[in-house]
Amino acid sequence: MFGKLTLSAIPFDQPIIMGTLLMVMLGGAALLGFVTYQRKWAYLWSEWFTTVDHKKIGIMYIIMALVMLLRGFADAIMMRTQQAMASADAAGYLPPHHFDQVFTAHGDIMIFFMAMPFITGLMNLVVPLQIGARDVAYPFLNSLSFWLTAGGVVLIMASLFIGDFAATGWLAYPPLSELKYSPTVGVDYYIWSLQLSGLGTTLSGINFIVTILKMRAPGMTLMKMPVFTWTALVTNILIVAAFPVLTVALALLGADRYLGMHFFTNDAGGNAMMYVNLIWIWGHPEVYILILPCFGAYSEIIATFSGKPLFGYKSMVYATAAIGVLSFLVWLHHFFTMGSGASVNAFFGIMTMIISVPTGVKLFNWLFTMYRGRVRFTVPVLWTIGFMVTFVIGGVTGVLMAVPGADFVLHNSLFLIAHFHNTIIGGVVFGCLAAMNYWFPKAFGFKLAERWGKASFWCWLVGFYVAFMPLYILGLKGMTRRMNHYANPDWQPYLIVALIGAVIILFGIFFTVLQLYVSVRDRVTLRDPSGDPWGGRTLEWSTSSPAPFYNFAVLPQVRQLDQFWTDKQDGVAYMRPNRYEDIHMPRNTGVGVFMGLFGVVLGFALVWHIWWMAALGLAGMVGSFLVRVYDRDIDYWVPAAEVERIERARLAPLQKVGLVKVALPADDEQKAA
Amino acid sequence: MSATADGMHIPAAHGHDHGHDDGSKTLLGFWIYLMSDCLIFSALFATFAVLANATAGGPTGRELFELPYVLGETALLLVSSFTFGLAMLNMHAGRRQRVMAWLVATFVLGAGFIGMEVHEFAHLIHEGAGPDRSAFLSAYFTLVGTHGLHVTAGLLWLVVMMDQVRRRGLNDDTRRRLSCLSLFWHFLDIVWICVFTFVYLRGAI
Amino acid sequence: MPHPKYARHPRPVKLKAVIPRLRYAGASAFLFLAGCSTEVLNPKGDIGAQEKSLILIALGLMAIVAVPVIVMTLVFAWRYRAGNKKARYAPNWSHSTAIEVVVWSVPAVIIAILAAITWHTSHTLDPYKPLASKAKPVTIEAVALDWKWLFIYPDQGIATVNEIAFPTDVPVNFHITSDSVMNAFFIPQLGSQIYAMAGMETQLHLIAREPGTYAGLSSNYSGAGFSDMHFQAIATSQQGFDAWVAKVKAQAKTLDNTTYEALAKPSEKNPVAYYGQVSPGLFAGVIGKYMGDTPLGGQCAGKQAQVAALPSNHTHAKAAE
Repeated sequence: MFGKLTLSAIPFDQPIIMGTLLMVMLGGAALLGFVTYQRKWAYLWSEWFTTVDHKKIGIMYIIMALVMLLRGFADAIMMRTQQAMASADAAGYLPPHHFDQVFTAHGDIMIFFMAMPFITGLMNLVVPLQIGARDVAYPFLNSLSFWLTAGGVVLIMASLFIGDFAATGWLAYPPLSELKYSPTVGVDYYIWSLQLSGLGTTLSGINFIVTILKMRAPGMTLMKMPVFTWTALVTNILIVAAFPVLTVALALLGADRYLGMHFFTNDAGGNAMMYVNLIWIWGHPEVYILILPCFGAYSEIIATFSGKPLFGYKSMVYATAAIGVLSFLVWLHHFFTMGSGASVNAFFGIMTMIISVPTGVKLFNWLFTMYRGRVRFTVPVLWTIGFMVTFVIGGVTGVLMAVPGADFVLHNSLFLIAHFHNTIIGGVVFGCLAAMNYWFPKAFGFKLAERWGKASFWCWLVGFYVAFMPLYILGLKGMTRRMNHYANPDWQPYLIVALIGAVIILFGIFFTVLQLYVSVRDRVTLRDPSGDPWGGRTLEWSTSSPAPFYNFAVLPQVRQLDQFWTDKQDGVAYMRPNRYEDIHMPRNTGVGVFMGLFGVVLGFALVWHIWWMAALGLAGMVGSFLVRVYDRDIDYWVPAAEVERIERARLAPLQKVGLVKVALPADDEQKAA
Repeated sequence: MSATADGMHIPAAHGHDHGHDDGSKTLLGFWIYLMSDCLIFSALFATFAVLANATAGGPTGRELFELPYVLGETALLLVSSFTFGLAMLNMHAGRRQRVMAWLVATFVLGAGFIGMEVHEFAHLIHEGAGPDRSAFLSAYFTLVGTHGLHVTAGLLWLVVMMDQVRRRGLNDDTRRRLSCLSLFWHFLDIVWICVFTFVYLRGAI
Repeated sequence: MPHPKYARHPRPVKLKAVIPRLRYAGASAFLFLAGCSTEVLNPKGDIGAQEKSLILIALGLMAIVAVPVIVMTLVFAWRYRAGNKKARYAPNWSHSTAIEVVVWSVPAVIIAILAAITWHTSHTLDPYKPLASKAKPVTIEAVALDWKWLFIYPDQGIATVNEIAFPTDVPVNFHITSDSVMNAFFIPQLGSQIYAMAGMETQLHLIAREPGTYAGLSSNYSGAGFSDMHFQAIATSQQGFDAWVAKVKAQAKTLDNTTYEALAKPSEKNPVAYYGQVSPGLFAGVIGKYMGDTPLGGQCAGKQAQVAALPSNHTHAKAAE
């Protein structure tokens, strides 16, 4: 009846997990109780869960990412504590089976359920506004993508309390991930949570490509697109080109585990090296999928806060495209030590190094954007400068490891761990937090409190160096990754320092949470009535904050890059049109929620071999989709009078403060000439 | 499937008349989806190429494949593509009854293809040449089976479209959806030709 | 200098003992630059030495771009801060062909140089390349098991668990496989690592120039007992090596199929073990059992066949003989 699922699947004997479960249950109950008490269920359902508004979907993605950041970071600090303790064969407090799950979950959660939702959320929030569109190309598909990703989150969180998670490392290399060596349900949770969210990611990739190619404001040719939108376009092309390969790799692993096939098994002709190739053909583009939108965000931030156009826009676009193409030609550098021939290794090493040229150009372009600018040290700028310094170091160590001869001694060591955290924390996490501080006012109509944002930045920055510089040294000292305990006591001091660094980062995360809390509390004083709090250059700042659900009452006309900036200079940025027109908008739908829900049922049933439930889940997904297919009430018109009422309300305060003119930041005005 | 603001005329993007329908967006999106699906098949073909000789002492393609039978399957699928083409021609001409008739014909041919494939799989498994016998057979069953699952999904989609054409006639929605399904169906045909060439012909000769 | 002997002496964490060591971490940045405190930058063999100099050369080359970028970032940000009204403000300046040429070409030139070095060293440091030497190499066959290393000396007819010895100044040819999941064979102070994979053989050629006991480990996570999957590599004089071989040979234990099957079962923290005798062909059998009934199995792989990371049937793997 319930397949492999019995009551013993819940790890009652694990105090750490049971304590977490208790906390989650109490917290969840409190949250549910609060929502019920406030009578907010109907509001949540109709305004948020069923929404097809890209801005709200973006916000939900980012909230999910922040929650998963907490989970992933909890894993991180557990690992650091374990390794700081388990010296000279002391056992530490996490037995191997638990520790192995923790580092696997940490990697998977941070990549798939923290970084990916964060950048998808940012793209959702920003891209349609930047290109002057009223929504994405397929609003329902967008909602579906979110709920499929959320389904993946539910599955991976369920694995913490029911059964176990993969203990294989974040990419689940076979044969270790095969049934013979990993007989529990852990790898199955891994497969299905990633498949579910991967489907969502692929659909969202298609959605954004079409949105950017087909829905730009009149006059916005490709070379007049904001850089963030360019990076989003390249990222989504990478998503559509790379994620199918992940889907195949995981499906074949699943076929081995569920149907007794022999793709990657040791026996019967299986070939585990093929999995390693497939997973990295996805995996290397994946890191550019994560970093490129962050590059885009840094570009917007540095130009805005330097009061100058981005230096070398065309270079930036070509560099982004070049990185996108090259990212598919480097995957083998993840396994130089597999014994490919010298020429094959050298080829992939050299291709990898070539990527550093366009990346280097980007850094120079940001530098020369600051040059002869008026740099305002706001929170997003601090993150950006912190990134520029940190990322250079990560880039250098990355190119170093692209040299096969050097990689032969550095591969799989803590040097590697330090390197990719150097790029992913220094690049992606800093970028996401910079972007969050930058675009938050656009999403909510008030700024984030500077003070706690700066505190968070300094903790993250210092914490990063304290946590990961020792790992570089440990890598050179021959310490390999994923060790539960170790014999060499010389390593311990470094690991203790790394733990201290992780604790400093913990403060950084705490200050970000505090920043959100304080900002919401002080939202009245932090309010930005203009819609353009930073002296922005791109179209998203030309509409109100938060943007109305239709984004733009009148679609903007674009003649050049940074059109909004020019319009402000010319005093035509806030023009009231002679008359408004009806606006065509998509209607909210709950189908995405149900498909995500049935997706969870399907995934959970497959994990536990509950076949009737799997059939139910699949039928539910197909059935919900058919409901959508037959639904004809999917859109509506907003009458012109309604648009006019909303726009009047928005423009009135702007007129009062005299903002219907050039909006240069006050302190720059005198020097501008 | 989606609906967004009208009147977003992007001069550079396209110049022909789609009226109020956002069909051009849907078709572009569907093309991109097909490309991603194509990558799934590419990865499966690559896998098959790697494992084609990994028979682990089990039967080889030459021992297993019956070309005349597969040729029959191929004929069914190719003809179904042709009948779908006729359905589309009639759709453009606005002849609803004939569209229905050709869709039914396409469905019957597609179902026949699936029936033959299921029979072939059952036969192989019965012979002890199931997907768990060797890496070669794993790759074979997965590649051919993935195509079969696609065709099955296409059949389900066909049923839905026949029902929608029957209820709603040939409006913007059903035309757009039929256009997408048509792309999908021809795409599966092309994939099958590759399967036939690289799996069956190469394996049997 | 860490010694693998610590592995055999479990002891509780002593806070008093740890704190004095913390200063090492503080000073480590300097020691790091000096290059003498870490195993990888303090190599004891030719391969390791070449890899060390490769690392330093590559870092030096990249510093030509990296250091100015970091400095310029901080200098520009500070000089052009909004409060500094003395700095020139050019609100529309966003293009300079001269700067563009420089920022594309300088990194490109450096990468071109590095690429040439990469091509060259990838071939000279190819783990499969035998090392030139007048001395007759020592051959060691390594099998990664759950979770210990089995070493077979085919020429001496002996086998060991978790310990190897070899003479200094003599090339050591490693033939490596796994009878379980993927692992990696790595002795940091001697240089390169290479994966150990079931059903195929990878190769590694190393040479030690200084006597000593060096830590060896699996550097690819392989499951629950992975953390204890280390061994010691003893580089010694020819006489020392001969004595070590004699010591192993004196053991009455024989490694045949039966004892091997028992040894191959998962176990953790295995002590060093010696087998005075070993059945011939055992190593080939370990590889062959995963591919014995493959039609290509016996015929396609020569002695020097390389394991290709790009999968291409079984042609890459050395087959059972």
